[in-house]
Amino acid sequence: MNETAVTVQGFTKRYGAFTAVDGISLTVRRGEIFGLLGPNGAGKTSTLECLEGIRRGDGGRLDVLGVDPARHPRRLRDLIGVQLQVGGLPADMTPREAMRFFAAYHDVAPRGDLLQRLGLGAKVDTPYRQLSTGQQRRLALALAVAHQPPVVLLDEPTAGLDVESRAELHALMAELRDAGTALILATHDMAEAEKMSDRIAILLRGKIVAEGTPREITAAGAGLTKVSVRTERGLLLAEGYEPPAVVSRAAQDEYAIYFSADPAPTVAALLARLKERDDRLIDLRVERPSLEERFLEITNGGAA
Amino acid sequence: MSAFITHFAFEFRTGLRNSTQLMMNYLFPLGFYVMTGLVMTQVNPGFRETMAPAMVVFVILAATMLGLPGPLVESREAGIYRSFKINGVPAASILSIPALSAVIHALIASTVVALTAAPLFGGRAPTNWLAFAGVTLLAALSCGALGALIGVMASNSRSVVLYSQLVFLPSMLIGGLMMPLTVLPAGVRPISALLPSAHAMQAFQGLAYGEAAAWSPWLAVGVLAAGGLIALALAIYLFNWDSNNATRRGHPLLALLALAPYVASLALVAG
Repeated sequence: MNETAVTVQGFTKRYGAFTAVDGISLTVRRGEIFGLLGPNGAGKTSTLECLEGIRRGDGGRLDVLGVDPARHPRRLRDLIGVQLQVGGLPADMTPREAMRFFAAYHDVAPRGDLLQRLGLGAKVDTPYRQLSTGQQRRLALALAVAHQPPVVLLDEPTAGLDVESRAELHALMAELRDAGTALILATHDMAEAEKMSDRIAILLRGKIVAEGTPREITAAGAGLTKVSVRTERGLLLAEGYEPPAVVSRAAQDEYAIYFSADPAPTVAALLARLKERDDRLIDLRVERPSLEERFLEITNGGAA
Repeated sequence: MSAFITHFAFEFRTGLRNSTQLMMNYLFPLGFYVMTGLVMTQVNPGFRETMAPAMVVFVILAATMLGLPGPLVESREAGIYRSFKINGVPAASILSIPALSAVIHALIASTVVALTAAPLFGGRAPTNWLAFAGVTLLAALSCGALGALIGVMASNSRSVVLYSQLVFLPSMLIGGLMMPLTVLPAGVRPISALLPSAHAMQAFQGLAYGEAAAWSPWLAVGVLAAGGLIALALAIYLFNWDSNNATRRGHPLLALLALAPYVASLALVAG
């Protein structure tokens, strides 16, 4: 599954004097979910639209399984599946009609089973305008994957979905990945990106400022681990004890909180201190830095 | 072929179940036909002579000029064509299939008018039904192409109404629908040659009723055919997938080339 599905090399997209994407390079392999993260205006959508063949880039190279999206849009059609944006279908079109319509243009059989699986079984004959936002998103995903494309581009696929639908979509994404599909996931949802993505690129002002696995990206930051301790007598709070490797500390709701550069000696010292002072541990929590914290660190700081 | 049939079936159904399109395809033109049949034939009995072709042209104009362009613009504004492009729907299908659907609806409503004008309102029946059907089909196809071009060149939902009315209202006033061209002032009569409705009426008069027309019915047939072909070619050439995408193949004013056959006919008629 190491075959490269998508190559973006020195890619640039400008709108007049504004450079939306500034010479980025990345590769996406078959059988992986690649998260594309960044604040609004970072260049995610421009990159996706050029990969979809909707827009032309101004420099660099795009390659989807050997096809240049701008030069061979017809050959691209069966290679990619794109989750349509909300409102991207005629208001009077029903899910059943939409499935038949797009399946016919891709020359494949309609996938009624996908509509059932994504919870649209009872809505197959409901006009698109009467579907909820969540139902429209689920329909968009069903249409994107119905022709079993080797590359799938998803833009905020679970925004506005309830917990159950979200889990079903995540299961489907994982299933596609396991079947060898390359998925590019543009999202603002850091928990989703961290959970689903095998690798991630963070875009900021048109440039990639961090790339790697979620673990690599979070580890590359300041990397402070949060250690929260609550004890029976609250001595840690009262004493202002400072264990080793701690960079800063705080107090919140009877918890003494330590931000540690190395949690092992910090926790060991805290437990020893409690035993020494004859206080009893009620709760101890160790939380590694999340992707969201790292993302905020990068986007607020402007560098990796 | 499967994609074409599926796409056409969807567009045709939309022409019936979408309230706005149902209004323009059937309710408005047939309602106007009944009102006109009840009132105009009493006020002006001479109207019976041209009632059937005039109401057929009216039905065609309602479906193709008022019903067709709006949804094309709205779909582009809503980003629906982006979705279509991503999934391999060709630009020619996006334009020609809704136009063909509008033409079929117009032909159905036209058939209702043609078959009921005589028994219900005493309208004069054509002497050559085959020619009547042929001119109806040609006028519908030509106006369908022109409606598609209006949908392509209009930049938004507001301007599409303006462009549609630029064809529809003059057609009603000086296109030979409510009164024959012969009663128009001499200075205005040649200007009517700029309108597809006037050419359709002359073709009906000369070929389906065997009467003298204001100008050659074959000239009218040629202008309708050439105007339709040029309009369709321009619509496909100027088609823009996306309202937000500034890239387009030609300036919208190129659409005025579709008027070339009509302007040429104006020169011939005035000369």
